[in-house]
Amino acid sequence: MKAAPFSYRRAATLDEALAAGGESSRFLAGGQSLVPMMNLRLTLADTMIDISGLAELRRSAGEGDRVFIGAGVTHAMIEDGRIEDPSRGYLRHVAGGIAFRSVRNRGTLGGSLAHADPAADWPTALLALGAEAVIRSAGGERRLPLARFQLGLMETALRPDEILVGVTVPALSDLARWSYQKFCRKSGEFAHSIAAVVRDPVRELAEVVLGAAGDKPCRLGRVSALLAEGGRVDPQQLGQVVDEDVRDTTGLAASSYEFHLHRTMVVRACARLQEQT
Amino acid sequence: MKLALTVNGAPVAGEIEDRMTLADFVRDHCGLTGTHLGCEHGVCGACSVLVDGEPVRACITLAAAVDGRAVTTIEGFEDDAAMAVIRECFSEAHGLQCGFCTPGMVIMVRDALARGCCGSEHQIRDQLAGNLCRCTGYAGIVKATEMARDRLAKAG
Repeated sequence: MKAAPFSYRRAATLDEALAAGGESSRFLAGGQSLVPMMNLRLTLADTMIDISGLAELRRSAGEGDRVFIGAGVTHAMIEDGRIEDPSRGYLRHVAGGIAFRSVRNRGTLGGSLAHADPAADWPTALLALGAEAVIRSAGGERRLPLARFQLGLMETALRPDEILVGVTVPALSDLARWSYQKFCRKSGEFAHSIAAVVRDPVRELAEVVLGAAGDKPCRLGRVSALLAEGGRVDPQQLGQVVDEDVRDTTGLAASSYEFHLHRTMVVRACARLQEQT
Repeated sequence: MKLALTVNGAPVAGEIEDRMTLADFVRDHCGLTGTHLGCEHGVCGACSVLVDGEPVRACITLAAAVDGRAVTTIEGFEDDAAMAVIRECFSEAHGLQCGFCTPGMVIMVRDALARGCCGSEHQIRDQLAGNLCRCTGYAGIVKATEMARDRLAKAG
């Protein structure tokens, strides 16, 4: 359970980190997934470039009608309200449910997205919020909708010479409602199923996302469209639409335990959203 | 690489391998063996220590990453009033059996109490879910935490 030898380097600036990056190096933020994987020798790196101390990654700032949240912001910072939450408590709720406090003190939002575990909270939660990834390389900055950021199981659109510096999320209106339902057998473990729903008629947002169900979180198109219409949704109609979406996105047999679990979480999340309106 | 940090209030410096974890550093370099290693991959919580006052898992924190910071291990709570009460309650309420998980457990209890997250049994169990007791002595641990919460509230 000891990592293979590597050299450690702490970057003093983002430019220094970008210059040091390469095929055989890994960027280290909180290390709450990366260090155990190194300890178990599931992943290897010649050089670990520590970017956790970069102040520019640990800030949040308004950008018009959106808010930038730095990749180095920890789950605990969000949980405690130490950074601005433009989502009417959604981000704070999600952050407080990640793993355990000792992990939340070190683990970061950007680290979670870049690690791209399909059962982690941020990839699903932020996809439902309509987040956008802010990516930097020596050549400049590019922005990608989160739907195009995660490509698959622990695979992202990041190139070895790029760093995810943060995300932008929309500032939600007073009319926004959200529901985040996840199923864990034990507090703090990776979820067996996650259903995230965010609806904001002012921001034209109606997103239903299923996580921990495949190689990456999936937006459920039919259910999202149904919620976008507004008004009360007939429970029977909702159930049918959820079944169709879950079947199409997961390919699971309707008789399986997993299918039942996922459809239950999505129906529950939609129902909780309806109760608030 | 060279490392210089504060451990339990005293400055410590040394030459370490880059890959060394904080847990191995406090145990092997500082001789502070109260920090226990259960799983070494961030599952059991036995190695919990404080970095700048916040609990972290020492087995999945690189020593290099806490260069210049202040680390507190279980040996560093001698003058801590809250920890004195927690220790007393763990003793009275049978909050430990073999004692292996106890250093990590009481460090997490102290943090959860300080954050005011121990209002109900459910909340306490949720806060301590990341700390495993292989003796399964959770009933005593929860009782000791409730007892400590009430005594600390009374003491103001």
